[in-house]
Amino acid sequence: MKQMHLAAHFPGVNSTTVWADPRSGSQIDFASFEHLARTAERGKFDFFFLAEGLRLREHNGRIHDLDVVGRPESLTLLNALAAVTDRLGLAATVNATFNEPYELARRLATLDHLSEGRAAWNVVTSSDAFTGENFRRGGYLDRADRYTRAAEFVATARELWDSWTPDGTPRPFAHTGRHFDISGEFTVPRSPQGHPVVIQAGDSDEGREFAASAADVIFTRHGTLEAGQAFYADVKARLAKYGRRPGDLTIMPGVTVVLGDTDAEAQENATEIRHLQVSPQNALLALEQVWGRDLSSYDPDGPLPDIDPDPESDLVQGRVKVADPLAVAAKWRALSEAKGLSIRQTVVEATARQSFIGSPRTVAGELEAFVEAEAADGFILVPHLTPGGLDDFVDRVVPLLQERGSFRSEYTGTTLRSHLGHAEPVWKG
Amino acid sequence: MSVSGNPAVPDGPTGTENRTERSRMPATRPLHLAAEIGGPPRYDAASHVALARLAEGGALDFVTLRDSFARPGLDAAAVLARVAPETARVGLVPTLTTTHTEPFHVSSAVATLDWVSRGRAGWHADVSTTEAEARLFGRRPAAPAPALWQEAGEVADVVARLWDSWEDDAEIRSVATGRFVDRDKLHHIDFEGSTFSVKGPAIVPRPPQGRPVTVIDATTAPAGRVAARHADVVYVRASSPEQAAALRAEVHRSAARHGRDPQAVRVLVALTVDLGDAETAPEPGLESGPQLAGHGTYFRGGPVDLAELITQWYRAGAVDGFHLTPLSPARDLERIVNGTVALLQHRSLFRTFYPGGTLREHLGLTRPANRYAAPRTEAAS
Ligand SMILES: Cc1cc2nc3c(=O)[nH]c(=O)nc-3n(C[C@H](O)[C@H](O)[C@H](O)COP(=O)(O)O)c2cc1C
Repeated sequence: MKQMHLAAHFPGVNSTTVWADPRSGSQIDFASFEHLARTAERGKFDFFFLAEGLRLREHNGRIHDLDVVGRPESLTLLNALAAVTDRLGLAATVNATFNEPYELARRLATLDHLSEGRAAWNVVTSSDAFTGENFRRGGYLDRADRYTRAAEFVATARELWDSWTPDGTPRPFAHTGRHFDISGEFTVPRSPQGHPVVIQAGDSDEGREFAASAADVIFTRHGTLEAGQAFYADVKARLAKYGRRPGDLTIMPGVTVVLGDTDAEAQENATEIRHLQVSPQNALLALEQVWGRDLSSYDPDGPLPDIDPDPESDLVQGRVKVADPLAVAAKWRALSEAKGLSIRQTVVEATARQSFIGSPRTVAGELEAFVEAEAADGFILVPHLTPGGLDDFVDRVVPLLQERGSFRSEYTGTTLRSHLGHAEPVWKG
Repeated sequence: MSVSGNPAVPDGPTGTENRTERSRMPATRPLHLAAEIGGPPRYDAASHVALARLAEGGALDFVTLRDSFARPGLDAAAVLARVAPETARVGLVPTLTTTHTEPFHVSSAVATLDWVSRGRAGWHADVSTTEAEARLFGRRPAAPAPALWQEAGEVADVVARLWDSWEDDAEIRSVATGRFVDRDKLHHIDFEGSTFSVKGPAIVPRPPQGRPVTVIDATTAPAGRVAARHADVVYVRASSPEQAAALRAEVHRSAARHGRDPQAVRVLVALTVDLGDAETAPEPGLESGPQLAGHGTYFRGGPVDLAELITQWYRAGAVDGFHLTPLSPARDLERIVNGTVALLQHRSLFRTFYPGGTLREHLGLTRPANRYAAPRTEAAS
């Protein structure tokens, strides 16, 4: 049977995380991170994953206060986690727009040394003037520029990671390109993985092409079977152009799992979680994100607004914009009319993202079916509770996967690259 | 220049056991000791953990790890984050440079170090003056030290403002209103510096210490001005207790000129120590010749000689403590802890355990009030 890969996404600044549950713990104490990382390692996961946001999200000019706000800086946190884990990969999301190659390559190589080969970098490119207000470089890059910068950034980082000789002597480097013109000596010897694992999360044509050319792992949002298969086929087909084979790029959608003793109980649990995720205030907010208008006077338990969305709105800052608000609004209205749903009920249904719902046996079977059907090579699990959100999965689903031979029972290597089955990159002198 | 109070001021660093026995008395202010654990580059976690634990065994206030883009070595903040879960009490103070690093990232990294160490973080602010370092970034040419220190002062300011940009009780988790935070307790800082601006608020909640400890080496004039204004711990370089006392008085005066309470600044004498191969070197003491290791005054001798020097300067009321940079940490730190520190503890001059949990507590510094919070009924001191 095909082997799947699994990763644990720390819950936080998103609308999946339920902070109001009495079991929900601190979003910032180290103990929470340690708990989830140890759980993931107990389950023999490939890696632990941290997202990043470089400016607190705002809504209508004020800090968005309905979801979790605040988190630690990823690389510093992962270095600490390296002390309390042994085999688990440690993946940090770090923006390529608001960092410089020399410094970030050094920080990543450092994590790879200190964790003995477990570092990964999720290269994100989000950039807007809003986030830029926290940085020297400020400003805004359009998508094409963001990805040429990211590609040159990664290529430059690889030059730095390769710049020492095998006997441990630094060699001078010089890189001159459109975005970077730098030279000197790197301060860190080649790290245990050669290069930390590179992850890409971005969906546009430019994003996919960048992933095909440079990434080891893709983190995608395409978590349904059909969308997953289409994405999988599209991205894998792009690899040959870069002299790469399908196995060189691991495709991992971010998914949620809801378990119950029976499938029916799992469905009940899922409905309950949806209602916790979509509070009345969150329902109005979700609506405002589509409509681009202040809808605070509407009743979440009443009908959808008659007015149309404002596609030019800048009500929402610091998160990815809804691509076609008019179309989304039309879909939501149709849903609401067909089923007689209130605003909150509509949002609960329309934004449902729970990917796998069922008994442990059902979920294990579906995960395997996804991998067999080439909709994914594995999954980044996004729990809704901090820090115990994957306890059940690890205790109840992982043993089934192991029994059926679709997931490792022990780590066979020590590095993240070895978990993923990727070769060490060629050392370019 | 005057040296405060103690009548038993010895006149040189060559005292003997007898003299110190006679003058054992409770000190008015506790002695603070810190040690550098860097040295020749090492790329593994274990050796750093071992040295930090050794320092913790001696109940030192904090360990430092110097850093620069100009020479081989791992990122120091990362190393001390890696050390944090394997230690419990000792303060962790990496060097972070302000010239090429985004101030926003400095603030987030140090705040996170404070979270993962449960309140033991500080940072030693430094600048990158060389053309070679500038070329590694390719963003701006090298600049003279005074300009870079002026900017470092602004970075120290912005970093501390970002730490304050969340009030301590901003997280409310109000189920009734659906709100995770009280956004009135999160603040844009709207900082406009001469070379950068930062909007805020921070992405990391206010760290356990409120503000992690800021350390600045004040041995050059432009750095000294920034230290007087922004540092909680200031290093000075002195070759006599009189000189140390004068420097400390000067730090206190300029801190006061900036509206700060001088008692909230700890002045440590920076010494590079070479404990050599013998218990007692032929001629222990401070070397007046060229600086061999570049950080502070150069001391050569045995662990007991070093304890004598610390005892005398401290009893002279000249210093709050010492920051020791062992010439070879792998060799000398063990001698410092088991020789020098043990003797100071025996003389009741230095703590034998940590009464507090945070670095601020070790240093006797209060947790700072938040500048953005509305004043409370009982004003924080
Ligand atoms: C699954 C997924 C996770 C992402 N996580 C982050 C993140 O943690 N931080 C961030 O700044 N951007 C994140 N992004 C945004 C992407 O990096 C990218 O900037 C965005 O998707 C726009 O690029 P695109 O036009 O290629 O999709 C994520 C994107 C995806 C698809």
